[in-house]
Amino acid sequence: MGRFLDLGLFIIASGLLLLGSIWGLWIAPPEAMMGDVYRIMFVHVPSAWAALMAYTTCLVASVIYLFSGKSGADHVAAASAEVGLVFNALLLITGSLWGRPTWGVWWTWDPRLTTAAIMFFAYAGYLALRGAIDDDRRRSTWCAVVGIIIYADIPIVWFSVKMWNSLHQLQSSPKTMDPAMVTPLRIGAFAFLFAFLWLVRRRVVALRLRAQNDILMMNEGDPR
Amino acid sequence: MSTRKYSRIAALCALGTASALLAYLLLGDVEKNLVYYWDVPELLAHGDAGKGAVVRLGGLVRKGSVVWQPETLNLAFSMGNAAEGDVPHVRVQSHGTPPQMFQEGMGVVVEGSFNGEIFAASRVMVKHSNEYRAPVDGQRPQDLYKTLAKDQD
Repeated sequence: MGRFLDLGLFIIASGLLLLGSIWGLWIAPPEAMMGDVYRIMFVHVPSAWAALMAYTTCLVASVIYLFSGKSGADHVAAASAEVGLVFNALLLITGSLWGRPTWGVWWTWDPRLTTAAIMFFAYAGYLALRGAIDDDRRRSTWCAVVGIIIYADIPIVWFSVKMWNSLHQLQSSPKTMDPAMVTPLRIGAFAFLFAFLWLVRRRVVALRLRAQNDILMMNEGDPR
Repeated sequence: MSTRKYSRIAALCALGTASALLAYLLLGDVEKNLVYYWDVPELLAHGDAGKGAVVRLGGLVRKGSVVWQPETLNLAFSMGNAAEGDVPHVRVQSHGTPPQMFQEGMGVVVEGSFNGEIFAASRVMVKHSNEYRAPVDGQRPQDLYKTLAKDQD
């Protein structure tokens, strides 16, 4: 059952990625001002959504862990933070590549960029903390607490463009976009959603196996 | 105290800390201290305090105000909160090729300092809106990339 789910998620994610890339690169029209440069949006915006989704999953799993003590919730928190960090890196890289030809700079300390960079380093720190504590229960508890606190940055990332003057534009909506550009963006969003689900599932399975392995090793090493 | 009870209290403390942090950042005074750029009225309102310091200024490039000298790479233009009409505006001078999308009516953010008359910009950045439109008939966005080369002919 699990294997079919994994295979299904992988096929859907890669199929949508391929379809979205073809649609975004060849079928969607160029943008009136930016020309072809804007097409990076079809990867940049879904990366942002996927990262926010992953970090929200990490928050929810952290709360569930602290209330239930189930190691499964801790594995989901760890896996979603890892996957979120990958999407976050992709977000910063694609944004930078778009910023140079459009804004004229690779990077600037604008509120949106700064809060997104804080988000990246906060979750990188979270994963470093996971690697730094040996005791399972202590690691899970401490990381769950940290996973909840650092989530405070995520709403700020979202609202930064509305609250402060920023170089980064406001969120686009189907109203501010040509209808021919909305479709590939939607395909991209679903592609990243399924990629997120697939990656998190694979990582959760790996973390569970490692935890079971640790228990077996401990029992074998038991001198009794 | 049991471990379970301890971790529930930890969860509530963490949620409380996160909410407090967020409330402070979203509703507190921090908003006023975090300023990425001033608009032209804000720069002028700061009077002497706005002069000499390195600041960022945001606004629209005024229609008919752009003077670009490809031989010397000197660029001058006026900016204000509107591209046309009678609104406060400031004259900006910079050196170097502006980003490709720089043009009249475009949003820009410039870094530099204001001496009361001229804003000497060390960096000109183009602000893109959240609007994405397909080109209308006869418009070829690919030509945007070629305009600089044409100027140098």
